[in-house]
Amino acid sequence: MATQQSRSAARIMLAPAVILLLGWMLVPLTMTLYFSFKKYLPLRGGDLGWAGFDNYVRFVTSSAFWPSIQSTLIIVIGVLLITVVLGVLLAQLLDQPMWGQGIVRILVIAPFFVMPTVSALVWKNMFMDPVNGLLAHLWKFFGAQPVEWLSDAPLFSIIMIVSWQWLPFATLILLTAIQSLDSEQLEAAEMDGAPVLARFGYIVLPHLSRAIAIVILIQTIFLLSIFAEIFVTTGGAFGTRTLTYLIFQRVLESQNVGLGSAGGVYAIVLANIVAYFLMRIVGKNLDA
Amino acid sequence: MGRIVLNKVSKSFGDTEVIPPLDLTIEDGEFTVFVGPSGCGKSTLLRLIAGLEDVTAGTIEIDGKDATQVSPAKRGLAMVFQSYALYPHMTVRKNISFPLRMAKLDKAEQDRRVERAASVLNLTDYLDRRPGQLSGGQRQRVAIGRAIVREPAAFLFDEPLSNLDAALRVGMRLEISELHERLKTTMIYVTHDQVEAMTMADRIVVLRAGHIEQVGSPLELYHTPRNLFVAGFIGSPKMNFIAGKEAEKHGAHTVGIRPEHIMVTEKKGSWAGVVGVSEHLGSDTFLHVHETGLADTITVRAGGEVGFRHGDRIHLTPRDDVIHKFDTGGLRSE
Ligand SMILES: Nc1ncnc2c1ncn2[C@@H]1O[C@H](COP(=O)(O)OP(=O)(O)OP(=O)(O)O)[C@@H](O)[C@H]1O
Ligand SMILES: [Mg+2]
Repeated sequence: MATQQSRSAARIMLAPAVILLLGWMLVPLTMTLYFSFKKYLPLRGGDLGWAGFDNYVRFVTSSAFWPSIQSTLIIVIGVLLITVVLGVLLAQLLDQPMWGQGIVRILVIAPFFVMPTVSALVWKNMFMDPVNGLLAHLWKFFGAQPVEWLSDAPLFSIIMIVSWQWLPFATLILLTAIQSLDSEQLEAAEMDGAPVLARFGYIVLPHLSRAIAIVILIQTIFLLSIFAEIFVTTGGAFGTRTLTYLIFQRVLESQNVGLGSAGGVYAIVLANIVAYFLMRIVGKNLDA
Repeated sequence: MGRIVLNKVSKSFGDTEVIPPLDLTIEDGEFTVFVGPSGCGKSTLLRLIAGLEDVTAGTIEIDGKDATQVSPAKRGLAMVFQSYALYPHMTVRKNISFPLRMAKLDKAEQDRRVERAASVLNLTDYLDRRPGQLSGGQRQRVAIGRAIVREPAAFLFDEPLSNLDAALRVGMRLEISELHERLKTTMIYVTHDQVEAMTMADRIVVLRAGHIEQVGSPLELYHTPRNLFVAGFIGSPKMNFIAGKEAEKHGAHTVGIRPEHIMVTEKKGSWAGVVGVSEHLGSDTFLHVHETGLADTITVRAGGEVGFRHGDRIHLTPRDDVIHKFDTGGLRSE
């Protein structure tokens, strides 16, 4: 789009999409902002007038706020670590020529197509159930006491479930990145005397760095708002109340729309800070 | 140093035999060029020597030691790839020193060798750039630099100049020949460019479908091609082949005459014909002559200033002393 004319034509043609997107985004955003300054209790009197910054102050000073930030971070970082590390390894594995490659690849990608609610329920009832779960049977088989996953290791359990869902995404992106690596580079490194691990460290990993940054960026944005997995497993108990879940409880369980909206605004700010930093990382990677 | 002996080496990919059992000795310090049509197995042969492919049968000896099962890194060979295969995220300095770092040489020695290679290859000003910021010719030189710092027993080149433009190719050709003169290291060079093969090689190996058709110095191949294939492959434009009555006159099944060995005259001559397309190169003119009754087209090299036009009737006279004779099996008979 070089010329003045083509640029303005492009602007006009983009306009409908941009306006639609803005409307889509702006309406809920404005409503959230509006409610966050209101004292609005639907079942206890409805709209009780303006509240100033009351909601904002109350949200961060409540005893649940900092623990919720902490569990959010633990879940996001845990899932990122597991998916990126396992994703790199799996992608490396799937790139090897093997028998039944097509089917194996589809199987690996399958978890991504399972809805979060469903996968969380499957994990909760079929794997982690302390009486009938597969893991319980496994533990018993080895003569150990079955673990009550969701109450004894709740954060870890949720990290497992979410990682299982997001691993295919990471693997898929990293696999395509690995496949775009020029095989002559690896052969050159082999001739230069680099053993397998050095080839991985000096050639493959740097080649993957951009893909890894993209996986981290996209996953972080989605992981900050996971909800269904917590809702159907622990219901926010045992320290698994994330920021998103706290907002949900404020709005629906305590019926305090104003307070929840203020939390929502905090979440927006947080997500934007994260996105800003990640964009810079990705941008740097793209330049190099 | 760098004597390489291939003993009944063969290679199959699945059921297809790409290289049938083949014997070849490359002497120490020799510049050997592999030529042949596309898909004849030049790259495969080079990769077998490098150790990047396993041989199906046979043995490869490097410096008198059996290297058939030795890993590529331990063979002491360096390879320059057609795509250069530089490491894109490393600077030129890091690229060149990579093999030295892998060999855990001490830092001072690494720097010394990198500086020397860079000065030989005119790369000193570019050491801190990345491959993406270099031109094609500079990248090529970095790839060569990465190969020479290892001080290998032999260099392997797989069509290293095919991504460069014509002018740069001439320059790099000279640089590689110069490098060979200076280092006196064995070099094996794959190309399908006639000129590269003829000008650079001490010895040319002509391959067809994995078979060695002939091995010899460039002029040997030019003057005494062993069979029709080599005769047609070496030399540009291609040698003219004439079968039938005219060949019988010379007591052969087929005779071959190079375009540069035929004289063109307006009036008298051995053969008559009609000029088709003529290609003016300035120094030479290539005439494609039809209706001679000998072959579809006879190609003739004439001087740059001949003025024949499309449709002109002309006469041709071959130089009898340089006619190549071939028997029914396509082999040279003399
Ligand atoms: N990995 C492989 N699997 C199966 N067949 C292969 C493989 N590599 C090469 N071949 C086949 O082996 C033959 C020789 O290939 P090779 O790359 O050595 O040709 P080449 O002489 O280098 O040709 P070019 O001049 O086009 O580079 C070709 O017919 C090719 O299809
Ligand atoms: Mg090739």
